[in-house]
Amino acid sequence: MIVVEDLHKHFGGFHAVDGASLEIGAGSITGLIGPNGAGKTTLFNVIAGRLKPTSGRVLMAGEDITGLAPHDLFHKGLLRTFQIAHEFGSMTVRENLMMVPSAQSGETLWNAWFRRGAVAAEERAIRDKADEVLEFLTISHLADERAANISGGQKKLLELGRTMMVDAKIVFLDEVGAGVNRTLLNTIGDAIRRLNTERGYTFCVIEHDMDFIGSLCNPVICMAEGRVLAQGTVDEVKNDERVIEAYLGTGLKNKVVAHG
Amino acid sequence: MDILNALVAFANFVFVPGLAYGAQIALGALGATLIYGILRFSNFAHGDTMALGTTFAILVTWGFQALGITFGFLPTALLALPFAIIMTAAFVLGTDRVVYRFYRRQKAAPTILVIVSLGVMFIMNGLNRFIIGVGEINFADGARFVITAGDFRAMTGLTEGLAIKATQAITVVTAVIVVGLLFWFLQKTRTGKSMRAFSDNEDLALLSGINPDRVVQVTWIIAAGLATIAGVLYGLDKSFKAFTYFQLLLPIFAAAVVGGLGNPLGAIAGGFIVAFSEVMVTYAWKKVLTYLVPESMAPDGLVQLMSTDYKFAVSFTILIIVLLFLPTGIFKGKSA
Repeated sequence: MIVVEDLHKHFGGFHAVDGASLEIGAGSITGLIGPNGAGKTTLFNVIAGRLKPTSGRVLMAGEDITGLAPHDLFHKGLLRTFQIAHEFGSMTVRENLMMVPSAQSGETLWNAWFRRGAVAAEERAIRDKADEVLEFLTISHLADERAANISGGQKKLLELGRTMMVDAKIVFLDEVGAGVNRTLLNTIGDAIRRLNTERGYTFCVIEHDMDFIGSLCNPVICMAEGRVLAQGTVDEVKNDERVIEAYLGTGLKNKVVAHG
Repeated sequence: MDILNALVAFANFVFVPGLAYGAQIALGALGATLIYGILRFSNFAHGDTMALGTTFAILVTWGFQALGITFGFLPTALLALPFAIIMTAAFVLGTDRVVYRFYRRQKAAPTILVIVSLGVMFIMNGLNRFIIGVGEINFADGARFVITAGDFRAMTGLTEGLAIKATQAITVVTAVIVVGLLFWFLQKTRTGKSMRAFSDNEDLALLSGINPDRVVQVTWIIAAGLATIAGVLYGLDKSFKAFTYFQLLLPIFAAAVVGGLGNPLGAIAGGFIVAFSEVMVTYAWKKVLTYLVPESMAPDGLVQLMSTDYKFAVSFTILIIVLLFLPTGIFKGKSA
């Protein structure tokens, strides 16, 4: 689905992504792990068009999408969420979801003025869909709340809900579980799995919670210092010496391995 | 004690002029606040955008008058307004294309954009003086008064008269219509919602498939429209002079900041707060007071808090007070 070829992103002398190459298979839930500062989020930002790469290519289903603007990528079915949840604070939770589906006929003034009926019907359909998504995420009771007022965890759900308003092909989730309690995390995990099986979404998930990654993702890719270190099933990656070294440094390696 | 006459005097010298002036400031502040909310900088060229828009309106008005086209009892300038808006919008879009877009691509800091807009302001100011000159131009035609002081006196038998100029009535009516349309647009249409979304959270808006170029264009067009309407209404009400619009920048930004930069509702409230403060502080209250207090206590002086020469000081004072005690404005805008 997504192929990243020798991607570099330098901020001055700092090489945040330093020759990363990886592949995200269609229909997979790929986990992306790595210690802080490994370049995971920067990689997301480059793939999702927020940052332009210094060099390298990103391919989506064989098509070169390197450096396309975020809104163009959205129309190609590539969506992402943020590490720190973003929302349209002055709008209600439902309105936040209703913002997503683009190219509605309300878009032109002509339609808004002269084809009220058609626009209203479409608006109703989107509204129903938003309510459906809210129900799916178990936050129906927040529909009319201003998005700025809901909790951090609920904002994470809203982020996920946003990707459900359109038919996405691939969704990049940046620490969707950060600051979210167990129960909510399970809800999010279930939602991801259902979207994956029922609607064929491909996911790429950055996450630090190894239990969450372990139960959800296959394969898992580990990054460190801007490069891909290892790739495989959770257990393969967990037991990879280079991965342990990257997380803990060489000094602690033997200890951890000894304790299993 | 003569409360009725006092009220009429108050309405005639404070309320009606304040309302018309407030509506003009509010329309100007709306444009400035929209640009702040969406493009994220204080556009110092907004006053001169108003001036340029008015210049275009005057030129078209003269054209119509030369062709013998008038708008009945309404000023011909209202007929010229749509053309002037299109011309101003085209000019502003051109400016964005040539100047602002470059800085947007560089992701320039808001402070840099403010200084850039200062440069644009000087260019527009010069261009405007080059086109229409610096002299005072009166381009209001059509009916002069909705009601004259004399008519009012004859009607009511009061000593005080209440005059409502046609331009004042037109200003208020137009402002109400324009504000209504703008809020409908922002609340109900998809493009309006995109603009609000973009103002709330630019990153997220981009990821929701909102095309930033389109939002920016629509914002400039609306701001140009509001500026032209505000400028023409002000010019009809007072008279047109290239320099006065440059000075209007102060009350306009005071209004936008008072209401909370980036908040359209705040801009309107701020407009009226600034306008009424200005009018009330510089009005000589002698006449109103004379009606209200017993004759023996009638004031000898003018009871004017400040000379009209200081009217811009009022905006400054409001600006400082608000920034000290309510930095985000009454309606909680974006500025901090």
